Amino acid sequence: MAEIRVENLEKSFGSFAAVRGADFTVRDGEFFCLLGPSGCGKTTTLRMIAGLELPTGGRIFLGADEVTTQRASQRDIAFVFQLFALYPHMNVRANIAFPLRCQSMPRAEIRRRVEEAARILRISEILDKPVSGLSGGDRQRVALGRAIVRQPTAFLMDEPLGALDAEFRRLMCGELRALHDRLEATTVYVTHDQLEAMSMADKIAVMNNGVVEQLGSPREIYDRPASMFVADFIGSPPMNFVDFDARLASGDRAVRIDGAEIAIPELRETARQPRCTLGVRPEHVRLSDTSPLRGSVYGTEYLGTTQIVTVATGHGFVKARLPSETSVRLGEPVGLAFRPEKLSIFDRQSGRVLRSALHDGATHG
Amino acid sequence: MSTGIVTAHSVVEPSPRAKAVAATLVAAYALISMIPLVWIFLTGFKSPPDSISYPPKAIFEPTLEGYCNLFTTRSRQSPEYMATLPPPASTCDEIARSRNMVIAGPSNYAPRFVNSLIIAFASTFCAVALGTFAAYGFSRFKVPLADDLLFFILSTRMMPPIAVAIPIYLMYRELGLSDTRLGMILLYTSVNVSLAVWLLKGFIDEIPREYEEAAMVDGYSRLHAFWKVVLPQATTGIAATAIFCLIFAWNEYAFAVLLTSGEAQTAPPFIPIIIGEGGQDWPAVAAGTTLFLLPILAFTVLLRRHLLRGITFGAVRK
Repeated sequence: MAEIRVENLEKSFGSFAAVRGADFTVRDGEFFCLLGPSGCGKTTTLRMIAGLELPTGGRIFLGADEVTTQRASQRDIAFVFQLFALYPHMNVRANIAFPLRCQSMPRAEIRRRVEEAARILRISEILDKPVSGLSGGDRQRVALGRAIVRQPTAFLMDEPLGALDAEFRRLMCGELRALHDRLEATTVYVTHDQLEAMSMADKIAVMNNGVVEQLGSPREIYDRPASMFVADFIGSPPMNFVDFDARLASGDRAVRIDGAEIAIPELRETARQPRCTLGVRPEHVRLSDTSPLRGSVYGTEYLGTTQIVTVATGHGFVKARLPSETSVRLGEPVGLAFRPEKLSIFDRQSGRVLRSALHDGATHG
Repeated sequence: MSTGIVTAHSVVEPSPRAKAVAATLVAAYALISMIPLVWIFLTGFKSPPDSISYPPKAIFEPTLEGYCNLFTTRSRQSPEYMATLPPPASTCDEIARSRNMVIAGPSNYAPRFVNSLIIAFASTFCAVALGTFAAYGFSRFKVPLADDLLFFILSTRMMPPIAVAIPIYLMYRELGLSDTRLGMILLYTSVNVSLAVWLLKGFIDEIPREYEEAAMVDGYSRLHAFWKVVLPQATTGIAATAIFCLIFAWNEYAFAVLLTSGEAQTAPPFIPIIIGEGGQDWPAVAAGTTLFLLPILAFTVLLRRHLLRGITFGAVRK
């Protein structure tokens, strides 16, 4: 197992820049997620680490070695494809043994390693079956078997759960993470599903338009989004945005919206221009009769333990996650209050967050 | 479906009458199409007079004369000489003597047939091998001007190959390739390779790149991955393409007439000119044709499962 370091990685297809200046380090044994919407460059980044695409700029290190221009076959990494890529003309055993057979390993050793991988993945009983008749879950396990049997320096996975149904995906999330912990493997995992990323990753890189927008632990990314894109992409429902115009300066501890003074974490930088946006997660919104920020209940979604209440305000809709026993009626006028220490303030023009007390002691990617 | 009496007509099941009509039509068409083949097959067992009798004879006494004449050359001898000969050693000998002839030696049919086999199979192998590599290249790599190149490759089939017969004839004469097996193999390969590239590109496009990428990540070189992963999955397409190429090379007549006359002559130009006593030896021609059909028939039957899957292209790929 080894550390993976990506320095200022670039990839263009003609005039289209798929990846622009990606810079991150995956520590030895870390479960690292590249998260983003489709077309954001996450798969291209992964394929460059694998050696399936050549970067147009930047460098890639596996451990101490630079592998930027090395062939995939020389990198000693395992790749799990979204559609598994199990060879249809071979049975399960041959599929799992395939990577070992090119290392001219003795047959007995191949057999032992294949059986051990099968035991870890609980697929020993299907070893001699053809792959064509297998269920999605079993195919997934065979694909993982082919990856772990080699004991490579790193595992790269390209949306490996994308082809599974929702229920099974949750189960496999747990299994994958457990497998990772057991093998202490460095894993880079690409997904567009924030729940997968949040539940499995040690560290997440959120990508958009070929750029790494934020790098951090799931908690950091959720609590302290570095940009409006990240705030909007992570969380379900996503962060509420309330636009306002004000000249904000370092040291400010409140903003005025519609005459209502809203306390915020103390700003640590001065805004470059007056167009700003307040960001608040639905769970940090509560109803308060005394609050001057007013609106009327537009809709409710019952989710069991909580409910999402949508309030129409003069600044658009604001969603609040409230206990399900709170009673609200459609059309009812309500006041909104926010948890001050959890608020983010964004520069609306650049979309970047303004540093504040919220970020004290935190680092940004 | 068939529980109880079906009163309303089904949208998926044809009515018995429709089935009967369809079956009759198909049977009739099959019969009509097969008449020439049956005719050739039967003529091979007729005697020369029976084969040209008018009205044609459907009932006749079968004889192996056609097959004997196909494989032998005979010479007419005087009755005195015939009387001095020992008793006939084989059926063909006997038939020849009944017509006051003796077998002088083997005919050229067998060597021509062998030429056909060598030229057709070798050119098919070359066309399919080159076609597979070219199709893989077009399918997997960014080839500059790929579309134009592919169109150019296809354009070689936009005219009948025989249109360039004279330049090729002159070229071959200069190069010393006239009447050589190598010349014919090169010629048929170059005609077939465009078909092979186009057919195989379709098949290889359908094999997901992830298979090779998986193999390459697993430590195999591209060529190795091609060999171990792509080829086994392209067998259907390769078999279908091979059959089409083989049928062309096996049946080709025009170039064979023009470019071969002796050493490298294939069976198609040889069969129609088998001369018997007093003109064409039709039973021998028919016998030669019947035997000529067999290799292609065997090859097609062997690969027919692949062919059926192959000509529907990717439509039925799982």
